[in-house]
Amino acid sequence: MATAIETQTVDLAARFPGIVSADSRPGYAGFMIPKENLVEVATALRDELGYDLLTSLTGVDYIAENKMEVVYHAYKTTGGAGIVFKVQVERVDPMEIPSLTHLWHGVEFQEREVWDLFGIKFANHPDLRRILMWEGFDGHPLRKDWREPFFEEEVKPYKSRWPEGKHTFAEDKNIFHDNLKFPKDFDPEKYVVDKEEDLYASLERYTLKDEAGKMKTDHIVVNLGPHHPSTHGVLRVAVTLDGETVIGLKPVMGYLHRNHEKIGERNTYLQIIPYTDRLDYFNSMSNNFGYVTTVEKLLKIQVAERAEYIRVIMAELSRIQNHLIFVGMLINDLGSMYTPSLYAFEERELILDIFEAVSGSRMMCNYYRFGGVVRDVSDDILQKIKDLVFDRLPAKTDEMERFLNENEILVGRLKGTHVLSAEEAINYSVTGPVLRAAGVPYDLRRADPYSIYDRFDFDVAVRQNGDMMDNYLIRFDEIRQSIRILEQAVKGIPQGPINSQKPNYQIKAPAGEAYGRIESPKGELGFYMVSNGKGNPYRYHVRAPSFVNLTAIEKMCTGTKIQDFVALVAMLDIVMGELDR
Amino acid sequence: MYGLGILKGLSVTWKRYWDTYIDDISWAMSGKKRYQSEEGIKHRSSKNTKGIFTIQYPEEQLITPEEFRFVPFLVYDELADGTKNIRCTSCGICAKVCPPQCIWIVRSNDPVTGKPVPVPANYYIDIDICMNCGFCAEYCPFDAIKMDHDFNIASTERSVYNLEKLLKPASYYAEIRPQNYAIEEEARKAKEAAKAAKAAAPKPA
Repeated sequence: MATAIETQTVDLAARFPGIVSADSRPGYAGFMIPKENLVEVATALRDELGYDLLTSLTGVDYIAENKMEVVYHAYKTTGGAGIVFKVQVERVDPMEIPSLTHLWHGVEFQEREVWDLFGIKFANHPDLRRILMWEGFDGHPLRKDWREPFFEEEVKPYKSRWPEGKHTFAEDKNIFHDNLKFPKDFDPEKYVVDKEEDLYASLERYTLKDEAGKMKTDHIVVNLGPHHPSTHGVLRVAVTLDGETVIGLKPVMGYLHRNHEKIGERNTYLQIIPYTDRLDYFNSMSNNFGYVTTVEKLLKIQVAERAEYIRVIMAELSRIQNHLIFVGMLINDLGSMYTPSLYAFEERELILDIFEAVSGSRMMCNYYRFGGVVRDVSDDILQKIKDLVFDRLPAKTDEMERFLNENEILVGRLKGTHVLSAEEAINYSVTGPVLRAAGVPYDLRRADPYSIYDRFDFDVAVRQNGDMMDNYLIRFDEIRQSIRILEQAVKGIPQGPINSQKPNYQIKAPAGEAYGRIESPKGELGFYMVSNGKGNPYRYHVRAPSFVNLTAIEKMCTGTKIQDFVALVAMLDIVMGELDR
Repeated sequence: MYGLGILKGLSVTWKRYWDTYIDDISWAMSGKKRYQSEEGIKHRSSKNTKGIFTIQYPEEQLITPEEFRFVPFLVYDELADGTKNIRCTSCGICAKVCPPQCIWIVRSNDPVTGKPVPVPANYYIDIDICMNCGFCAEYCPFDAIKMDHDFNIASTERSVYNLEKLLKPASYYAEIRPQNYAIEEEARKAKEAAKAAKAAAPKPA
């Protein structure tokens, strides 16, 4: 199995002698670029070498070396291995490196995230504000010297649990009995919320022009959410409207932020698995899959053969139920309450029954382990899966399509709205079904195969128009392909052990880095991990597809009607657990 | 013709509407209970179900699969003289493996010698923090902590369970997880037999 990072195809150091150097730290790969040359090298990568998709951007705080590092992962949409490049700066405030937003618009939110959580500024970024924490927050939480209010120890397990055994409530550690930390001279009596100005200032301005024969109109700012039933959780979007037409918008997020990555850095490798369930809570199986694949890369271990099949079966069942929810919720948002969504939920219910029987929980599965899965799938459950895959799901997918696809109201709402071209989709780092609906056949199961996907015969679902209708139809195409994979997987599943490793709760990974990515139902789910040889990851980053796909929302919405915006949010298939992390 | 797609869609819902009644009537004719019976619930969560397949909670409940997990409990064996033999040895693996760190174990010492005794003096689980991942049960080497099936534990205040509240007999465990219990008992007996055989075997001279 080819892993993307280890098979380096381009030698940047030879291409830019004296400027770019290979990353020589043991366990690391990729290239170091001085910040002065970053834009030059990145432009060459995109335009000359064909690395058109910059998927992930994140920071690492190397406090011992007194360095801050920004790590970029770029790939080709034609498939194959990717390239990693890094920029280091001295860990002295203010830190600044050039922004790449003019090359790849998709890094806009990710650069804001790095600024927010690490305090690295990006020069020439169009809108560098905090993104997950609120404006006025004190500090940058992912720095290694930042400690949360309920801080106990640097890493788990905590001594107070065992051997000391002194029970205390975490909230008693803070005088406010609250998970909040205030700046030193903070006075809640005198605090005035004034930071919203930055948000509204970032919105598109509409200049009043007195054109002949045209009525003068004023623009209006509307805040959709955070408590709005159509926003799939606590997403807030500030929209500037001219009448009913959207002329600019900015999403505001972080209402569900709990700093998953900081929690992950406190945890041991094993303890992170149940936390990944809570990212995209509809697809805990996929999240587990992505995480364990990354750690297995770091540990360099093989997965048991039977477990590989079980993993694929569970991940594909998860994709089917995710797309069913997507269809139900999209139509719910279009105004057809309950009936289609409950039809979709019925098949999902049967899939969740299987998840519950194998893992013990319907949604928080916690089923994958390093080297395999936690428990075997019994013959009864395998029979249930076969019944679903061979008898029920294909017929029910047909029924669902017959039920909805030709509905004139649905077609009228979806056809031709919110078109995203292939070039724009790539430029905005959009992945998953949204990218494929725009005509780019980029599916990681084919483009950069992981696990055993190279053994199965299936097609990459792709549509050409990039409008809402194609985005809707491609979900059914993908369900069909998933059923095809499942048919082959349940037939070919071998007998044997379900884990190649002995149960071990104190896993230590050798020093180094790994970037693992899988095709989650929503797009590319990536995990970037850095180990320093201890039992806890030094850096743990989640490249969430919902978060990056949302970058394109402003582009897609501008010039369309406000009522279609609600459909677009459903169409991007965002989940706040993953978006806010 | 405009509206044909809508009619086509409505034919699906129309069929589903009648499917429910047809299924109900055919079950009634054959004298079986479609609702509030185990058979009926199983049918409604199988591949053959037609029409609506809602489970009428709380009058009826989905059948809980054996592996279902919800908050842990501690297992004790009832000895012949009626005393409780707590399986937990306070080794601390569960506390170390717990992702949200919601387990506190107070170890006990022998009052005479002051040496540690393999029985917990107390054992706390903060149920409000527990994320029901099941790691404690998975990694316990003594089968002393297991995941429960009882999910009706809503309360209006912070609930921290202590040793007394957490202890449940092995018979209860055998009842909710018969297959796992049987496998574990077999392994335990095999281990004890091996131990006895080793003890009985004459020592090499």
